[in-house]
Amino acid sequence: MKAGYAVALGLSLLIGSNGLAAADDIKPTCDVPAYLLATDSVLTKVGEALKARQPLDILVLGSRSSTIMAADGTSYPWRLQSALRDKLPASTVNVAVELRVKKTAKEAVAGLGKILEERKPTLVIWQTGTFDATRSVDPDEFRDAVNEGVTMMQAAGADVILMNLQYSPRTETMISPSPYLDHMRVVAQQHDIPLFDRFAIMRHWNENGDFDFFSPSPGIELAKQVHECIGRALSVFVIEAARVNLGELRTQR
Amino acid sequence: MNSVAEPTVASQRPAAVAQPAVVEAVPPAPKTSQRELRLDLFRGMALWLIFIDHLPANLLTWLTIRNYGFSDATEIFIFISGYTAAFVYGRAMRESGFVIAAARILKRVWQIYVAHVFLFVIFLAEISYVATSFENPLYSEEMGILDFLKQPDVTIIQALLLRFKPVNMDVLPLYIVLMFFLPPILWLMLRKADLALALSVALYAATWHFDLALSAYPSGVWVFNPFAWQLLFVFGAWCALGGAKRMTRILASNVTLVLSAAYLLAAFFVTLTWYVPQLHPLMPKQLEQWMYPINKPDLDVLRFAHFLALAAITVRFLPKDWSGLRSRWLRPVILCGQHSLEIFCLGIFLAFAGQFFLAEIAGGAFMHFLVSLTGIILMSSAAWLFSWYKRVTAKGATRSASNDADLAGGTL
Repeated sequence: MKAGYAVALGLSLLIGSNGLAAADDIKPTCDVPAYLLATDSVLTKVGEALKARQPLDILVLGSRSSTIMAADGTSYPWRLQSALRDKLPASTVNVAVELRVKKTAKEAVAGLGKILEERKPTLVIWQTGTFDATRSVDPDEFRDAVNEGVTMMQAAGADVILMNLQYSPRTETMISPSPYLDHMRVVAQQHDIPLFDRFAIMRHWNENGDFDFFSPSPGIELAKQVHECIGRALSVFVIEAARVNLGELRTQR
Repeated sequence: MNSVAEPTVASQRPAAVAQPAVVEAVPPAPKTSQRELRLDLFRGMALWLIFIDHLPANLLTWLTIRNYGFSDATEIFIFISGYTAAFVYGRAMRESGFVIAAARILKRVWQIYVAHVFLFVIFLAEISYVATSFENPLYSEEMGILDFLKQPDVTIIQALLLRFKPVNMDVLPLYIVLMFFLPPILWLMLRKADLALALSVALYAATWHFDLALSAYPSGVWVFNPFAWQLLFVFGAWCALGGAKRMTRILASNVTLVLSAAYLLAAFFVTLTWYVPQLHPLMPKQLEQWMYPINKPDLDVLRFAHFLALAAITVRFLPKDWSGLRSRWLRPVILCGQHSLEIFCLGIFLAFAGQFFLAEIAGGAFMHFLVSLTGIILMSSAAWLFSWYKRVTAKGATRSASNDADLAGGTL
């Protein structure tokens, strides 16, 4: 543990100093430690699609925190799309977003069947939990809803990634995220699907000094940068979990 | 102000003064004046840990027991509260009868309720401030939590009904409900202690079987389900009223020791896998599926067992007359444990204030550490002040008309 911390600290210091040097660069340094992007679960459908040169259709099912106010193209689903297109020049990558604003996981699952049928995604990235946490929905009910949703997505032939809550230090006195984080981890384990731990990643950035999430009125810039970083981390995570070798994909061409 | 039910010398006095005959009739009276300092020590420690756990994670958080096993400070707090409440009010019930004891318990419930409402008002003040000063597009969804400020008519009433409970304000409502039902529990406990405990276990089992829960506002259920957590409270009461003595042989046996130690080690390893992701692959998948989630609202059996193991080991290796209990260094913790309601409320308030300070004024790891430390010092100083005040008023009370000792505020 301690050694791990020391290494992380050393790395972050290195990154930090680089970040200072390139302060004018629009893209912030927001590296994610490897263990937060490693997963035992495999996205088999995504892997097959990439190897077979079939289009990769990704559906992001999310709530309000999957968007930024009045700034399209800058939220993480679109940053994910452009990062994947960069990394996978041989494949067609399409990201679609379905927003369920002010809906609990249970309510989000309600109309899910139809959407899955229409879009037939290869991969669903389901970002959820925040609204349930603000409403302090019964955690068991939340778990059942997530479980049901994941089962439906898998039955529709899609790979699934769960994405948990944002790390939000300013609301820690008011929102208790831990039961929802725990239950999402449990559902991911039960279904053997990858969990993108947005909470831990953002907390890591905060501790590292990449971002100051305490700032009371940081404006829209912070949100844009965070979404850029989430999108990039997510692209790494998708490729990692699909177990594809980027080099191989390119040489096969 | 009175303090949480606790065995004190002072509490003996009104009965003794009013009816001197009672003292002669009850031979163990001098013995009860020997305060069980271990209880104060661990309750004080639980209060410190609850305070630290309510601040955002920081260096000191690594000292709290929830990082080393399944159970946390709440278990300790509820168990000891049950123990001391049964100890004090059990004696009152034997000496002055059911009605008087019940009235005193309900008076206590009222005090805890008022304390809870007071904390809620502080919470409202803080979040109203945040609501008007916080503007971050990244967190527009999380800001939805402030929506309830738009309908104070509903929210405040629900809070008074104990159905709306902001984060970190769940322990006092649980305590209120448990204390409210203490009179009948105690009545039965004094007659058939084992039956009372058996009923408590049955209710616990029924809670799990039938999913009993208390609903909360705006949705969901109580974070600490009273139907389940009563088990710890009643078990504490049972121990206080003779159960602990009867368990002496079990507690002293080496089998208990080995089992407890093995369980604590296993739990420690499991918690380690939460914090050191590299260890996670070592966990058997089947064990994980059986074990998770460890249900805190319903007091998971794993948590209860973890608490029992901790308690068994503590009782074994920390004798009642350990000289360290009188040392100066443990004095602050013990004092905090002796004024648990006041210090508990102060701790919740300081956690609010500390978070507010860290978020609005100055952050960083060092400030974080400083805030935690300041909080603990403030809690200890306040406890010292309460003790001093109690001593002084108790002295005054003996000089003035003694039959009004209760009004003087020096007694239970």
